[in-house]
Amino acid sequence: MSCWGNSGRSRVVSEHHHRTLAELDSEAVAVWNEYEPQVAAGTLKAKDRAKIPQMDMPSQDPSVRRHNQGEVALGYTEAQVRVEALRCLDCKNAPCVAGCPVTIDIPGFVKLAAEGKFQESIDLIKQSSVLPAVCGRVCPQESQCMELCTVGKVAKDRMKSVAIGRIERFVADRERESGAVNVPAIAAHTGCSVAIIGSGPAGLTAAADLRKAGHEVSIFEAFHKAGGVMVYGIPEFRLPKAIVEQEIATLAAMGVEFHHNFLIGRTRTIKDLIEKDGFDAIFIGSGAGLPQFMNIEGENLVGVFSANEYLTRSNLMKAYDRANVDTPIFQSKKVAVLGGGNVAMDAARMALRLGAEEVNIIYRRTRDEMPARAEEVEHAAEEGITFHFLSNPVRILGDETGRVKAVECQRYELGEADASGRRKPLPIEGAFFTLEMDTVIPALGNVSNPLIKQTTIELETNKRGNIVVDDQKRTSMPRVYAGGDIVLGAATVILAMGEGRTAAAAITKDLAERRWG
Amino acid sequence: MKHTPHTITGKRQLSADVYRMTFLAPYIVEARKAGQFIIIQIDSNFGERIPLTIADADPVAGSITIIFQAVGKTTLNLAAKNVGDVLGNVLGPLGKPTEVHRYGTADKPGTVVCVGGGIGVAPMHPIVQAHHAIGNKVVTIMGARNKDLLILEDEMKAISNELIVCTDDGSYGRKDLVTIPLIEWCKTGEVSEVIAIGPPIMMKFAAEATRPFGVKTMVSLNTIMVDGTGMCGGCRVNVGGETKFVCVDGPEFDGHKVDFDNMMMRLKAYKGQESEAAHKCRVGATPAGAAS
Repeated sequence: MSCWGNSGRSRVVSEHHHRTLAELDSEAVAVWNEYEPQVAAGTLKAKDRAKIPQMDMPSQDPSVRRHNQGEVALGYTEAQVRVEALRCLDCKNAPCVAGCPVTIDIPGFVKLAAEGKFQESIDLIKQSSVLPAVCGRVCPQESQCMELCTVGKVAKDRMKSVAIGRIERFVADRERESGAVNVPAIAAHTGCSVAIIGSGPAGLTAAADLRKAGHEVSIFEAFHKAGGVMVYGIPEFRLPKAIVEQEIATLAAMGVEFHHNFLIGRTRTIKDLIEKDGFDAIFIGSGAGLPQFMNIEGENLVGVFSANEYLTRSNLMKAYDRANVDTPIFQSKKVAVLGGGNVAMDAARMALRLGAEEVNIIYRRTRDEMPARAEEVEHAAEEGITFHFLSNPVRILGDETGRVKAVECQRYELGEADASGRRKPLPIEGAFFTLEMDTVIPALGNVSNPLIKQTTIELETNKRGNIVVDDQKRTSMPRVYAGGDIVLGAATVILAMGEGRTAAAAITKDLAERRWG
Repeated sequence: MKHTPHTITGKRQLSADVYRMTFLAPYIVEARKAGQFIIIQIDSNFGERIPLTIADADPVAGSITIIFQAVGKTTLNLAAKNVGDVLGNVLGPLGKPTEVHRYGTADKPGTVVCVGGGIGVAPMHPIVQAHHAIGNKVVTIMGARNKDLLILEDEMKAISNELIVCTDDGSYGRKDLVTIPLIEWCKTGEVSEVIAIGPPIMMKFAAEATRPFGVKTMVSLNTIMVDGTGMCGGCRVNVGGETKFVCVDGPEFDGHKVDFDNMMMRLKAYKGQESEAAHKCRVGATPAGAAS
């Protein structure tokens, strides 16, 4: 257990001086100058590469950023990216690639970045990923590519692996900022049309691949803006909306049609899309659904908001822009966020930025078990968020007007490891404590959205309500495929992209083989 | 297939702050059924998404009609729109349709009592239409604070076997709360179902009125919502001890099981901020035709 993990309050305020982008850049320049002769001579050995320190990600000063919506991580400088890329050992078996859900040629693009061939580098990534600027920012690299990286294995710390995501982000940003984004080539028209339900990572990935293969592609989105979780869920300070808009503009430039305010299941059913509108195939990427609550007393008090609601109001509906916007947001002073995932971190850090004086994260296990990206947890701590580990809310207390006034928690301890090797948190009898709060935000994941299931009896779902698919993402209904959170339950952007990609390949193959007649 | 722009084709002020507005939405007309609602957002960047009920639909013109009260910033902005203007974003139809049962027989149809209070008469209109069409005997009870606030009386009269109008101040019809004639009808023993739509407090008392008679009583809830598609959870209500979502599980629920007190508390969550915004809006831009 780290210094974070005790059952009480633990507040980790960063002790070290915040290093500015300029400081980090001059350090990188110095390192580059040191290795440059060997690089030029082609004599840089693996053991030399292993000695190069990992480049820190420049970030906004925590004391400043906790009051603004601007992006926290500022991105590598050119010197940093080239030094970081030098750390790659270019392993023959490329273990990192196996950790990537969309199997990007990681050593390939890293090597090109080290050589300063940034356009070639991004072109190589784009052969496998349509959303590199997004993935560079939000992928949980430490449990994917970085977990398998040899550099991290040698250092016995996966956080010390080559910072693959940061390099990916740099080359993607470089291209976007240059203003000349290459629109992928479109194959000759196949005569087929495909409908995509939902414009999140699964839908956008499937749309890009299907369009490239020469099909007509229409995306149906329930909201007034495309992007799914990337626009309603992930905050501006972690994923600037301009980046998502750019990716969507690229799809539009490829000829993908977007239909906003179109709720499949209600405005039109899946059957209608096939029978009335003549779509040859449908991909359902409608995403996660109803927010999960704990079923404890007080959950419907005023001041209890699902993280989905809190973040949608703040991000998509721009509630942070109080001077211009109509959507209200609760004015909180003391906030408790329940959960330990990325959504919990996002909600907590958003609450801070919206003016809360005190923001707490209450989590049943310890920091080591938190599913959130390590960087987000670190950033949250730097910004002054208080963590209560090994604590679990048992009820929410309200005042006479039905507003939240406190949350009562029980302390937990870690018991024996279970079959999966995770130590199970166990409640400590009689150990309760109460925290005064005016806002409680459960961020406990989602259960599947019932809408498509309700209105499409032909679709087989499992007992959790997720759509059942085969390994090609085909559902029980002819011509209909599904992927992303509606199949997986709550997962990540990159896993959803992987599913969209698999489904797109299957659709193209099935249509070519006339599987559906 | 593309959405037709939601051009406003009709607008009428029904009372001091109640408006009737018709606009094009062919896909919604094609799909909508009694009991469903829509979400409107006027401005894509800064607008709020608000749920509104559908009062009527015209399949030939491809238009739907909403009736709303201009009370908050968004509804005040909506009231300022005129024929020819285009509404930015309209999503729907949302929610489960009303379950319309045929009661009794052709010779002796069963009785359904439809209770509409204030602006709640608007969403009741398609439900009365549906019960009328299926062959039930429809008794409509509509109530308002005073004569000026009554809406859709002629329309309801045309499709109801009996129409009872109540006003709180006795300025028109019976000087009664809607629960009084409702109880009278329940006492006849011939009522198969009651549907009540109106302010939460009215629905609460309508449900209490029918409870002793054991008559099935459905209410249609209009809670705070963001997406309306089962994602945000803002619309949740306690029904029979379980958390339900108005947007995907409702909007209609068994009135005898709804925790109205909790729902009413939750509806006030943003009260302070909303009245501030509406005040700024009224001061900033008086909606065209609004009573000064």
